[in-house]
Amino acid sequence: MAVETHVLDDDCEAITGWGRTAPTLARVHRPRGHAEVVDSVRSSGARGTIARGLGRAAGDAAQNAGGTVLDMTGLARILSVDPAAGLVTCEAGVSLHRLMEALLPHGWFVPVSPGTRYVTVGGAIGADVHGRNHHLSGSFARHVTALRLLTADGEIRTVLPGTPLFDATAGGMGLTGVILSATLRLLPVGTSLMRVVTERARDLDDLMARLIADDHRHRYSAARIDLLARGAATGRAVLTRGDHLPYDALPRRHRARRAPLVFRPGRLPGPPPYVPGGVLGRTTVGLFNELRYRTAPRARTGGIQSLAAFFHPLDSVPHWNRIHGREGFVRYRFVVPYGREEALRTVVRRIADRGCPSFRAVLKRFGAADPGWLSFPLPGWALALDLPTGLPGLGAFLDGLDEEVAGAGGRVHLADDARVRPEVLAAMYPRVGEFRALRAALDPRSVFTSDLARRLDL
Amino acid sequence: MKDAFGAPQSLLVLGGTSEIGLATARRLIARRTRTVWLAGRPSPALTAAADSLRALGADVRTVPFDALDTEAHEERLGKIFTEGDIDMVLLAFGVLGDQARDESDPVAAVRVAQTNYTGAVSAGLVCAGALQAQGHGSLVVLSSVAGERARRADFIYGSSKAGLDAFAQGLGDALHGTGVHVMVVRPGFVRSKMTAGLAEAPLATTPEAVAGAIELGLRRRSETVWVPGALRVVMAAVRHVPRPLFRRLPV
Repeated sequence: MAVETHVLDDDCEAITGWGRTAPTLARVHRPRGHAEVVDSVRSSGARGTIARGLGRAAGDAAQNAGGTVLDMTGLARILSVDPAAGLVTCEAGVSLHRLMEALLPHGWFVPVSPGTRYVTVGGAIGADVHGRNHHLSGSFARHVTALRLLTADGEIRTVLPGTPLFDATAGGMGLTGVILSATLRLLPVGTSLMRVVTERARDLDDLMARLIADDHRHRYSAARIDLLARGAATGRAVLTRGDHLPYDALPRRHRARRAPLVFRPGRLPGPPPYVPGGVLGRTTVGLFNELRYRTAPRARTGGIQSLAAFFHPLDSVPHWNRIHGREGFVRYRFVVPYGREEALRTVVRRIADRGCPSFRAVLKRFGAADPGWLSFPLPGWALALDLPTGLPGLGAFLDGLDEEVAGAGGRVHLADDARVRPEVLAAMYPRVGEFRALRAALDPRSVFTSDLARRLDL
Repeated sequence: MKDAFGAPQSLLVLGGTSEIGLATARRLIARRTRTVWLAGRPSPALTAAADSLRALGADVRTVPFDALDTEAHEERLGKIFTEGDIDMVLLAFGVLGDQARDESDPVAAVRVAQTNYTGAVSAGLVCAGALQAQGHGSLVVLSSVAGERARRADFIYGSSKAGLDAFAQGLGDALHGTGVHVMVVRPGFVRSKMTAGLAEAPLATTPEAVAGAIELGLRRRSETVWVPGALRVVMAAVRHVPRPLFRRLPV
């Protein structure tokens, strides 16, 4: 076991999640077809393998220290579209961006879109991502009608919803196998525009009341909270709801009348590779939040936005994660069930009192729970924030919030997690025992493993 | 695995009775560390150290390790890594020696050099190789400001630390981009049993302060950590003091 400083092959890379914390080294394989995936999994060594998409998970779910990482973005073919049934079958490495490009002109939209469209279909199933329509549509895997999964024994299985393997794979963080392809149910849309309703909520209680009152009237709903506002204004927010704009509802003479289904999102310049830490501190984020709150209309209906502006405002800035500097950021995404609003209030108050400068803080209401054993959503309130890792004492502070969340029967999202204590996992995910048992039976040698799996003993 | 803040879940302390090593272990156990290996010469002190950490709730195991017995390092330390990943190795062993006596007793002086430098080269390489094989981890090396510039008062100890420091820096460069992070820690005068009875130098610090600096350095993935931080500036100046003048300084 002597040191071999020349061991760095060309295909070895230090890998982090989108949060850019805790880098580890892995050998990266870029398979171009199913056969190459099978070869790579068969030849994976003692430290196993994990599939990775576009690396948007904030935590360490798609890292595998000392082992193999399968970069699935090469498997990016759209295999078939069934316009009658509204189904698309595609390989796992296809991004939602690509699906939108290909399918919007034909009047189809993805059923669930998270805050970025640069996620792959495989990743969206593995993390069972949710969007602003969870209260109506559930999370991503709910719209998957079948998937092809390569398991540890080298077999490729067709997995159907309702089976234990499907429910373990949906939200299973890639630990049941490699998703090769999937069939999704699409959403028909008349235009590529959104009809948007914006309003301001003056504090957290006002915000929650407004969310409860009107959420069911809109397909999409989310609120951006200003977590630096304190005192009476704690939890003040800008609430945005939206629906797909039908063609008939387009204003006369609107330029979209001629090309209602065009999808052409713009790209802005990204931040440079090296940004000093602390750029997003209390002052900058405070100013930004103030501006966002003050410039938002008190109440406005009838606004029209493009899909990209409504769903993925940050996607126009490439590498925006660099803005947090070298130390990176931690995404704290948690949910507490209905009836335990007090826990949400406590957490929000503690974050506000501490003055955590969160550039993004999004609150939304979830609908019914999803069948995935490790799926994140449960009926309740979900809040997501991005915090710079360099804040002093942040680790211990978040541990305290974990206690509050787990105590209320809530949980944090595994795809975004990079820090939760293994001890609280079982309280957050009561079905983790079943998941471990299925994994032990399906993959006794732990061919599929990741830094997340090692850290939390999944 | 380390979490987003660089806090390790498993820790190996080489020099299991080192006060700085134990202060660091205590601090990390309060965060994420659940498994601790204490490597050192079997002694009641090592057992007591293990018990004190166990009382904090960690799973502590001891392993016999002698810095001078370099032949056995590969086997002894390699075995630890086969039992599971080690997220952080703290190289904390070292002896101060007795400058006045060692100058007249070359054999004793060589022991200081062998412990602090040769033993660290051997153990450091074994651990670095194992960390590299697992693709992640931190190797934290306790150097000293004494290695930054040789002083009349402790140049035997200082030169051994200078060698260790240069070794660790080079190792860090060799391992750059491999997922393994090498961090050189340069404390000033640390109030501990090692320095008991010695005249205290300016900017003296404590094992607890060193532990805190190590935790911060892990989070920042620092390559060099000075404790206290002001020493970085002080030593930048001291390094350039001309020798005829330096000789006469009361340091």
